[in-house]
Amino acid sequence: MTSWFRRLREAGVLGMNERNADFIMRYNPRRNYPLVDDKLTTKRRASEAGIRVPRLYGVIQIDHQIRHLAKIIDGRASFVVKPAHGSGGNGIVVIDSRSNGGYRRANGQIITEDELGHHISNILSGMHSLSGQPDSAVIEQRVQFDPLFNEVSYRGVPDIRTVVFKGVPVMAMVRLPTRMSDGKANLHQGAVGAGLDMATGCTTTAVWKDRFTDIHPDTGAPIAGLRIPHWHDLLELSARCHQLADLGYLGVDVVLDRHEGPMVLELNARPGLSIQLANRASLLKRLRRVEAVDNIPADSRQRADLARELFAARNPAAAATLQVDRTTDDQAVRNTG
Amino acid sequence: MNKAHLRLLALALLVIGAGATWYKITVLGLPLQPDAQTAIWTVEARVTYQAEGGPNQVNFHIPSNPPGFNVLGEDFVSNQFGLARESDGRNRQALWTARRASGQQSLYYRIQLADDPDGNSTINGPAPAFPTTPEYPEPYGSAARGLLEDVRRESADIASFTRRLLLRYNNSPDEGVQVLRGDANSEVEHVSNIIHILAGARIPARPVKVLQLRDRMRRGLLDTYVEVHNGTEWIAFDPRTGQRGYGQDMLVWQWGDAADLLSLQGGSQGQVEFSAARTVREVISVAEQRAEQHGSLLMEFSLFGLPVQAQNTYRILILVPIGALVMVLMRNVIGVSTFGTFMPILIALAFRETELLWGIFLFTGLVAAGLAIRFYLENLKLLLVPRLAAVLIVVVILMSAMSILSHKLGLDRGLSIALFPMVILAMTIERMSLVWEEHGPSQAISQGLGSLLVAVLAYLVMFHPLVGHLLFVFPELLLVILAITLLMGRYTGYRLTELWRFRHLIRNQRET
Repeated sequence: MTSWFRRLREAGVLGMNERNADFIMRYNPRRNYPLVDDKLTTKRRASEAGIRVPRLYGVIQIDHQIRHLAKIIDGRASFVVKPAHGSGGNGIVVIDSRSNGGYRRANGQIITEDELGHHISNILSGMHSLSGQPDSAVIEQRVQFDPLFNEVSYRGVPDIRTVVFKGVPVMAMVRLPTRMSDGKANLHQGAVGAGLDMATGCTTTAVWKDRFTDIHPDTGAPIAGLRIPHWHDLLELSARCHQLADLGYLGVDVVLDRHEGPMVLELNARPGLSIQLANRASLLKRLRRVEAVDNIPADSRQRADLARELFAARNPAAAATLQVDRTTDDQAVRNTG
Repeated sequence: MNKAHLRLLALALLVIGAGATWYKITVLGLPLQPDAQTAIWTVEARVTYQAEGGPNQVNFHIPSNPPGFNVLGEDFVSNQFGLARESDGRNRQALWTARRASGQQSLYYRIQLADDPDGNSTINGPAPAFPTTPEYPEPYGSAARGLLEDVRRESADIASFTRRLLLRYNNSPDEGVQVLRGDANSEVEHVSNIIHILAGARIPARPVKVLQLRDRMRRGLLDTYVEVHNGTEWIAFDPRTGQRGYGQDMLVWQWGDAADLLSLQGGSQGQVEFSAARTVREVISVAEQRAEQHGSLLMEFSLFGLPVQAQNTYRILILVPIGALVMVLMRNVIGVSTFGTFMPILIALAFRETELLWGIFLFTGLVAAGLAIRFYLENLKLLLVPRLAAVLIVVVILMSAMSILSHKLGLDRGLSIALFPMVILAMTIERMSLVWEEHGPSQAISQGLGSLLVAVLAYLVMFHPLVGHLLFVFPELLLVILAITLLMGRYTGYRLTELWRFRHLIRNQRET
């Protein structure tokens, strides 16, 4: 048993207790949580900073306003309803199109206007919010996601989760919805997580329900080798989000819109640990390497460069650098330890 | 933030908690085991005499810190007599006085004693002066010197010297010893004769009046023992057998021969009779009584100082921290996920009344039925608060229905269902249904089972008789629990379930 603990430690796996105590509590000031927990605040601050986010159609704060839903939607065929303080993708309803009198959800289900109203009312009463407090419902643009992932996702919006530590992106994965996850891009709910090479933005290994996989469980298509377009821009975007909330240990969720490119969907002050399984790599070692960097550049582009430089070991074209990279890694660990 | 700071704080709490506990165990004699019992002796001395009409004074020796016992209390029964107590440092006396008394008088002295097996058994006191060698008359003198000569050859120190001497004196058919024994027939004469011979070797010795306690003893009389001083302490010997030390249940009543056990003024035909009875009592109540005698504040300000009803409440409340500790271990070290942080503790508290198997059965039944109804309510599209209230009402209805049904079936255990925290149950049902909907049945059931598992574990630990006893008797242990919890707060190692979750990373580690 103790040897298992030791081997996990040697593998550099970041555990829940260590994440909470040494990273979240140390680098994320509590007072900044509302900035990321409230999606409206995140959205506003992101827009002000020139970071692209899904367009806001309207906000419903009290039950009375549910009647104005039609006015908010304003004839648009597709939109998304989500709780402003939701967590883990709970309470999000994605509407793809109208269907005689009702709405067709992304998972194919048809819901009536009344049912949607009830759902919004549930959101308002705080059913999906983090602390059960009364909440408001956000109605925003439905992202027309990039066809890149069509083969490896099952109904829903795949997104790219990047863990950004002290402003430097350290690890990233694509989250691919499955039939099991009901269109949600949440690993707990059965979405596939595919690791990304930090240097190139190519998908590498993948995990589904805590098991390694090479193919998408619903479509059967191989996951590895997909290249995310504008990868460096995406990394820079993630790095920029660090300034938005001033959280040292941050999860940034980005979606790729077919027409408008990468958009920030939400920020997360407590990003999960499964990203390690998706990448089959240690988060702890990477975090320690960033901790060992003395002067992290203020410019987000340079931070994105730093991320590619630090974590480029995965680059298949640079097999020769692998050895070198290992040694610096060891030194980094030694310096921090 | 500061690890040294935290460790120091935890250490301080640990030291205070453990120290107070240690003090209570060693000094106050509080038991580590529940239901520990000890023997209590009630010894009564009855003094009777014939008063002669004038002013009366009765001097009666009473025990003072007898070795091997703890004095729990004493009382005096003496109608018209005034009472005073005197102590000369070694012995105590009761002084009964009356202006006028005539006829047969009875005075009672009663003392309560608890066995104190690990108590102080050495007898202290100032070292006495060495006696001068007495001028023995002949032929007594030569016999005594001969005996002392022989004994000295066979012994190593004062204790063994005395022992040899007693053995020889009692058993030797030797003629010289016969001379020494002379016509000392009574016990008192026997002992004073021995002390006289010991003085020939310049060994300080004194007689001691002791009472051999026997259950339901009546009309008991005092025996006489002899104590010799070896330069540091007094050592007792049975003058008949040479056995060292006071025997089991032997109560020292009076030291030395300074005065008679009983002396009378204005009366005659004084008589003393002793009786004793043995009862068994809980060690805790004995310790309480003793702490009262000591005037110990630690016991005064303990939970025992509360009214019994409040005590019973605290007997349960004080177990909650143990449940919280189990919770911390299960969540942060094992990694079991539960509904609500402290819900399992409340369920465990409810298990106390229902007993474990019934508790599990009732809990699962209630949650399952509540869940089914909650799913039906989902169809009605109710708002959150009314829906929660509806679930709560349904829970109460289910609880009463279960009680009535089980009562009709003759299963009275089912009545204890009323002790389940219903609001907590309603919240559990609500949360479980949400998890069921959003994360699937497997998640909901695994979290439900996790909660139940933690509740059962917490119940088993919290309501172990030893745990309950220790925490109630030594509430200082809460500081120790706090210290452990604080240290757990900085545990950054893996959870046990993470070994499983990341098991593939151990074998399948690629480069970082």
